[in-house]
Amino acid sequence: MPVTTPKPAAPDGDERWQVVERRMRQLGNRPEAVIESLHVVQETFGEIDADALRYVSDSLAVPPSTVFGVATFYHYFKLRPQGEHTCVVCTGTACYIDGALDILAAIKERLDVAPKGTTADGKLSLHVGRCFGSCSLAPAVIVDGDVEGHVETAELVRRLEAL
Amino acid sequence: MPIQLQPVRHRYEGIAPAGPVRASAYVCEAVSCLSTASHEILTGLGAEVAASAMTDVAVKRVGCLGLCAAGPLVKIPETGQLFGNVNPADLQPIVAALQAVTPGQAGITEPVFFGRQLRIATENSGRIDPESLDDYVAADGYAALRRVITSMTPGAVRDEVTKSGLRGRGGAGYPAGLKWNTVAKASGAPKYVICNADEGDPGAFMDRSILESDPHRVLEGMAIAAHAIGARFGYVYCRGEYPLVVARIRKAIRDAERAGYLGTSVMDTEFSFEVDVRLGAGAYVCGEETALIASIEGGRGTPKSRPPYPAVAGLWGRPTLINNVETFANVAPILRNGGDWFASIGTATSRGTKVFALAGRVVNTGIVEVPMGTTLREIVFDIGGGIVDGRAFKAVQTGGPAGGCIPAQFLDMPVDYESLLEIGSFMGSGGMIVMDETSCMVDVTRFFMDFMREESCGKCVPCRVGTTQLWMMLDAIAGGRAVHGDIDRMERLAEMVRKTSLCGLGQGAPNPIFSTLRYFRDEYLAHIEDHVCPAGVCAMEGAPVSA
Repeated sequence: MPVTTPKPAAPDGDERWQVVERRMRQLGNRPEAVIESLHVVQETFGEIDADALRYVSDSLAVPPSTVFGVATFYHYFKLRPQGEHTCVVCTGTACYIDGALDILAAIKERLDVAPKGTTADGKLSLHVGRCFGSCSLAPAVIVDGDVEGHVETAELVRRLEAL
Repeated sequence: MPIQLQPVRHRYEGIAPAGPVRASAYVCEAVSCLSTASHEILTGLGAEVAASAMTDVAVKRVGCLGLCAAGPLVKIPETGQLFGNVNPADLQPIVAALQAVTPGQAGITEPVFFGRQLRIATENSGRIDPESLDDYVAADGYAALRRVITSMTPGAVRDEVTKSGLRGRGGAGYPAGLKWNTVAKASGAPKYVICNADEGDPGAFMDRSILESDPHRVLEGMAIAAHAIGARFGYVYCRGEYPLVVARIRKAIRDAERAGYLGTSVMDTEFSFEVDVRLGAGAYVCGEETALIASIEGGRGTPKSRPPYPAVAGLWGRPTLINNVETFANVAPILRNGGDWFASIGTATSRGTKVFALAGRVVNTGIVEVPMGTTLREIVFDIGGGIVDGRAFKAVQTGGPAGGCIPAQFLDMPVDYESLLEIGSFMGSGGMIVMDETSCMVDVTRFFMDFMREESCGKCVPCRVGTTQLWMMLDAIAGGRAVHGDIDRMERLAEMVRKTSLCGLGQGAPNPIFSTLRYFRDEYLAHIEDHVCPAGVCAMEGAPVSA
């Protein structure tokens, strides 16, 4: 006799969970859908919190430890709350030899935020990326989803401060 | 490395006149040009052409035009004129040039950047609209697949690939025909085809360019491979950091399925092939094939020891063919023109062409495709236009973080798999980063080791602990805290990490150390003995140790 388990409930009444639920259903709620599900959660909510991890774990019948293990293995997944804006500084080889570290140092000095951190006022999250494949634009950053090339450090920092 | 990129998809596609076309403007919409406002140029040119009542002028979105350094780029293919650094607010020069084109006009001599290249994998880049299946079909697209599935046996297809001498373009250079035969002969079903589009080497963007410019070509290559090995399912494993690639490949799969080039009963034959996309999530090690498979299976991307190779026991334990984007991009032309044609290009052991991503301190950064055996000097100085600001060439770094730095004395060496290995570097996927006298080789080596220690998956001790220890040693040298004997200690540890690591990541991680010690040992010694960074990059602490 097949064992039926009740459908796991979404963490709260937020309608966005339906997007996540639909994608998991499309993938047959199979254990191999963990990464795709985490992608959808992050796309939808901007970050992956403990409730979301638990929901994915219940829906795909994968142990919570395994889901947590996957979520922390991949750099792309963000488990901490994110700021209003995001700046990703590329530290790939071409950007590195063109002064990516100077950009990070200048941001640290003026905005007091290091990679993977968020400013105290919650305005800006800073990340580093390993090559966006835009090496011709070195040094490159991504501010709120837009790739910007040939970055002038002082100008960038001024703009980030004004956010 | 979290990267938030919005998938960039634009609806405006330009102007296609109903009658004969006298002149056209090709606007590059690959990611690098898009970020310099090339879409504004496309819409702007469309408006200008419409307003000027030129009814015989086409304005078209195309993939990568190659010379990324000068983006945004617009090309008039009838004359060969290339407009760089185009200002969206001033499109008059381009409109005037379009007006001046006369039928049958002889083209201008191509700049040497393009003249020295031979385009096979990137033959459609900058020529077709990457989001248009019709454009691909008009450029002979899916013709090879049609011929293969209607008139060739799987064995004959594999023979043709074997004859071509095509080797894996992901870096290791394993013969494609041999791999295809192994998977075909392996028992177990279903079999799978995986396209490795997890282009993780920093400084490499060839696969991004190919997929953004001509996604159908890669799908056609995968479908031909599927026929050749007896598979009916395939995956494209793509970097999450490439949203435009993901959007374009997904659209290409949808369009091809609707038109009957993919899916069930392809072109009304018994052949079926379904493709799905799986997203990576920022783990460099997932470019390693067993880690990639673990990731498609939904888990942590940790490699397994081989054998068994994926060709025998891969995805879900089934025989799996994994090839890189560029490898698949070469398949349709090989079947179209024959294996002998492909084998006639390149060197004795490395056939065909190689796509390189040229970056760093070189004038013409961008995507270049040259026959195997082209010298580094031709690539860096002729095609690449030399070093920026007239500085002196110091090294070119190939092979990604597991590669090596090649000094000036080897500039005239032909580039192929074997010669690069001989001088302690590595073909890798095709990133080429040019460095001048302002780069410190100790600092660059530390940078690569930092990358590797962060990307080590942690499964095996030599790699997890070794890369961190090596990084600390390099940091001490760069910081002026090293003492005599540290180089020997570092070399011994590097050798152990190379020999005992589980997968290619750990085995390759010490390579930058070996190659820079081989060619730039004096820079290491200057840091340790004289307490000086010759390039003026490293900040030295304290007083000279050996004073």
